[in-house]
Amino acid sequence: MPEGIREVLGPLGHGLVLTLAMTGLAFAGALVLGVLLAVCRISPVPPLRVLGTGYVTVFRNVPLLVLLVLFVFGLPDVGLLFSLFATVTLTMALYWAAFVCEVLRAGIRTVPFGQAEAARALGLTAGQSIRHIILPQALRSMVQPLAGVFIGLALSTSLAAAVGVAEMTGQAQFTTLKYDQPLTGFAATTVVYVLITLTSGLVAGRIEKRVAIHR
Amino acid sequence: MSQSGKSALVRLDKVNKSFGDQQVLHDIDLEVHSGEVVVLLGASGSGKSTICRCVNRLETIDSGTITVDGVPLPAEGRELAKLRAQVGMVFQSFNLFGHLKVLENLTLAPVRVAGVPRQQATERARELLARVGLADKADAYPAQLSGGQQQRVAIARALAMDPRLLLFDEPTSALDPEMIKEVLDVMVELAAEGMTMLVVTHEMGFARRAADRIVFLDQGRILETGTPQEFFEAPRTERARDFLSKILSH
Ligand SMILES: Nc1ncnc2c1ncn2[C@@H]1O[C@H](COP(=O)(O)OP(=O)(O)OP(=O)(O)O)[C@@H](O)[C@H]1O
Ligand SMILES: [Mg+2]
Repeated sequence: MPEGIREVLGPLGHGLVLTLAMTGLAFAGALVLGVLLAVCRISPVPPLRVLGTGYVTVFRNVPLLVLLVLFVFGLPDVGLLFSLFATVTLTMALYWAAFVCEVLRAGIRTVPFGQAEAARALGLTAGQSIRHIILPQALRSMVQPLAGVFIGLALSTSLAAAVGVAEMTGQAQFTTLKYDQPLTGFAATTVVYVLITLTSGLVAGRIEKRVAIHR
Repeated sequence: MSQSGKSALVRLDKVNKSFGDQQVLHDIDLEVHSGEVVVLLGASGSGKSTICRCVNRLETIDSGTITVDGVPLPAEGRELAKLRAQVGMVFQSFNLFGHLKVLENLTLAPVRVAGVPRQQATERARELLARVGLADKADAYPAQLSGGQQQRVAIARALAMDPRLLLFDEPTSALDPEMIKEVLDVMVELAAEGMTMLVVTHEMGFARRAADRIVFLDQGRILETGTPQEFFEAPRTERARDFLSKILSH
């Protein structure tokens, strides 16, 4: 291996660890918050619906980079001190939760109303009906859109470089400057990003096949 | 019309119901006795579905009372779920659970709601499928069945809870003509076996053959009740004559 390339790949490896950690944690957070938001948005309680709608409107309509800058430089100003990594991961989770919420809501709406009605007529409680009838059918239409959110989130972690996180893209920039290897770093990161997104696409395909509607 | 000695299984007493400011049921008094088949007839929008749906409280009423076996309908909650388990409902659009096999459609509520052991529920489900002529479809998914087959499964699903009463809301209206008979045959058989049924239908043949009593609704009011013979041979109101002439002319 020519001198220089190893020096580039080493830091990229460290960056990749951060990228994966950020992606995993932020996606988990976005899923949890997204479920709560979706419950708010379909709830019969008007204030909850307003809260859910308001949240989604705000977070979906502001560029992620702007949110990152606001949170990274704004939170310390209001006395909230987290590590840079934690702040950025939290921001990602907050941002992508709005998208998760909309995926869930759309998925639930694909289940015909008659399904819930038949469940009620048989004596199932609301909770049983959601768990045994609505969600299993809604999940199928959510798999691909959720994979889309995951891919978007994974790629968007590269924005963290702009606020100083040394994740993969940040490392690529850094090594480019330091070792004068402009293409190596970015070529390598591109391959890794594509591997991440292709893998998630494949996994989603598998899951979708497993839960597919049988005809 | 009252069958002496027997108290009503279902009794509606001065039931009123509005959607927004449109009143769709006016002072409905209706009794269905155990073992009786009551057919609700009336033009579109006359309130037939609404009555059906009020009986298992898929719709709430504004005033009046509905009792099942002498007990007023409970409010939403566990008690209501228990009542709904005793009142089966068959919908126009079948509403089979699309992600579950036919057999699972039949065992879900007995296992989850009534707490029947799975094995026992499965055996019973197979019996019921045989009874509606679909023993070989236990492992099929609903979408693999014809409309008539789906509706027969839906009837079996309702029967799996051993209901005291079955509600049918236009069970054959979404079916191709050649499939209507297979569903009506099952219903006629149920009626002959003494199942208590409240049926909304446009199938006049079924109403004549299987009904003990016809209830004719017009704009949310009961205009006539009587035996099929009384109603079809000698309707008393202009509205009923009009309705019959329209529906029998094609
Ligand atoms: N969920 C609802 N919201 C508002 N209005 C409704 C609702 N359901 C029914 N209605 C109205 O109530 C009236 C009675 O409706 P219903 O469905 O009981 O009539 P129906 O006799 O079953 O008619 P059809 O033969 O067309 O099924 C109609 O005017 C209908 O428009
Ligand atoms: Mg109707």
